[in-house]
Amino acid sequence: MKVRTPVMLAAALTLGACGINSIPTADENVKAKWADVQADYQRRADLIPNLVATVKGSVQGEDKILTDVINARAKATSIQVNADDLSDPNKMAQFQQAQGQLNGSLSRLLANVEAYPQLKSQDNFQTLMSQLEGTENRITIAIRDYNTAVQGYNTRIRTFPDAIGAKVFYGAKPKVPYQATTPGAENAPTVDFGNMS
Amino acid sequence: MTPSLPCTRLQRWLLLIAIVAVACVVAATAHAQTFPKLTGRVVDDAHLLSQPQVDQLTQLSQSVQDASSRQLVVATIPDLQGYPIEDYGYKLGRAWGIGQQGTNNGIILIVAPTERKVRIEVGYGLEPIMTDALSSMIIQNDILPKFRTGDMAGGIIAGATAIADQLKAPPDEAEQKAVAAANAQRQQQQANDNGGGVPWALIFWLIVIGFMTVSRFSHGRRGQRYRGGMWPIFLWGSGFGSGSGWGSGGGSSWSDGGGGGFSGFSGGGGSFGGGGASGGW
Repeated sequence: MKVRTPVMLAAALTLGACGINSIPTADENVKAKWADVQADYQRRADLIPNLVATVKGSVQGEDKILTDVINARAKATSIQVNADDLSDPNKMAQFQQAQGQLNGSLSRLLANVEAYPQLKSQDNFQTLMSQLEGTENRITIAIRDYNTAVQGYNTRIRTFPDAIGAKVFYGAKPKVPYQATTPGAENAPTVDFGNMS
Repeated sequence: MTPSLPCTRLQRWLLLIAIVAVACVVAATAHAQTFPKLTGRVVDDAHLLSQPQVDQLTQLSQSVQDASSRQLVVATIPDLQGYPIEDYGYKLGRAWGIGQQGTNNGIILIVAPTERKVRIEVGYGLEPIMTDALSSMIIQNDILPKFRTGDMAGGIIAGATAIADQLKAPPDEAEQKAVAAANAQRQQQQANDNGGGVPWALIFWLIVIGFMTVSRFSHGRRGQRYRGGMWPIFLWGSGFGSGSGWGSGGGSSWSDGGGGGFSGFSGGGGSFGGGGASGGW
């Protein structure tokens, strides 16, 4: 009894260091950061109808590009990744690919718009551009924060002593960081404010 | 039954665990990027402002914070270290912790004369008030025209004044509620730190002392000797327990938030998520 009690006490102490609390904490952190990523992509998706409507008014013969943008937006908004699916590489890849396509068609549209100075000088268009630029910036930061959270979580469940708790109690699987799946998919549409006014 | 052999094994284990715990604590996040020191409400590292102008801007920022608890900081940065200003800006904001913790209501006007870039970096909480479009308009209409004529100080003051005018608008109810909620949460957290942690330690020590007493009374002098041998181990054990279990959880968030005493100026622990707008000239 003399020896067993201190051993049990020590065991109870080490359990606290085994990730009983810290693994769920890290898990919730990853989920919250992912919610931010999705919110920022949603914010971009919400801007696009306005952008398309504004561009449509003053641009002729660019129907194909506009349709591309609308289709890509519809596809991108239809794919969502639940917080519970963050360990599923396939679902993440689908999401990344859809957003990457929207990125591509959006930057094509903005490149073509360069040819219409009267559109670029519109206040409405400038406002939209500043919002779009801010949103792209937020997406970049949200993804970076998410990847940091994933890195922290994955490191935690794979290193001693939390790895024990991760295996024994939670069966924790590593989460998937956000990566660019297509070349240049993470490149934001270039919006240069220096030349706009 | 001989306590000596299991004890040393136990000791060895505890030593190992203690080393691991210390290693965990020491392995703090290292920041590769360096930022200027937050020396005040105006950090003029690029030396674009004269002393009266610095005083004027400091007063402006002070009046904003007095009116609304929002924090406005003007920073002139001589070198962005190769980062885009959007990238540098939000990291700077997070490093300085401008704005109050919980409401994240800080704004930084960043001017990088070497890269010829200017940015209004808006904290999470102010994004609905200081929108991207409004930030962009202030940069285009108030700041850049002056910068283009070489009047750096004039542009900075005009921009800061326009930002301050928008910020001095009374904080809407939602934000006031957020401030109240953050305060309540902080108080609760404080209560937890003081009240929540102690019972656990107390219970732990009561068990330990109870065990010692029982063993002492039941085994007489052998128990006495036994007790003497065990004390240092338990002291260690408890140090380890509070260090990695409760301590780090509360401690790291506090040291980040910090900024308690307002002698001089310090960030309130606000965070940034890329709101605002940039411009170049």
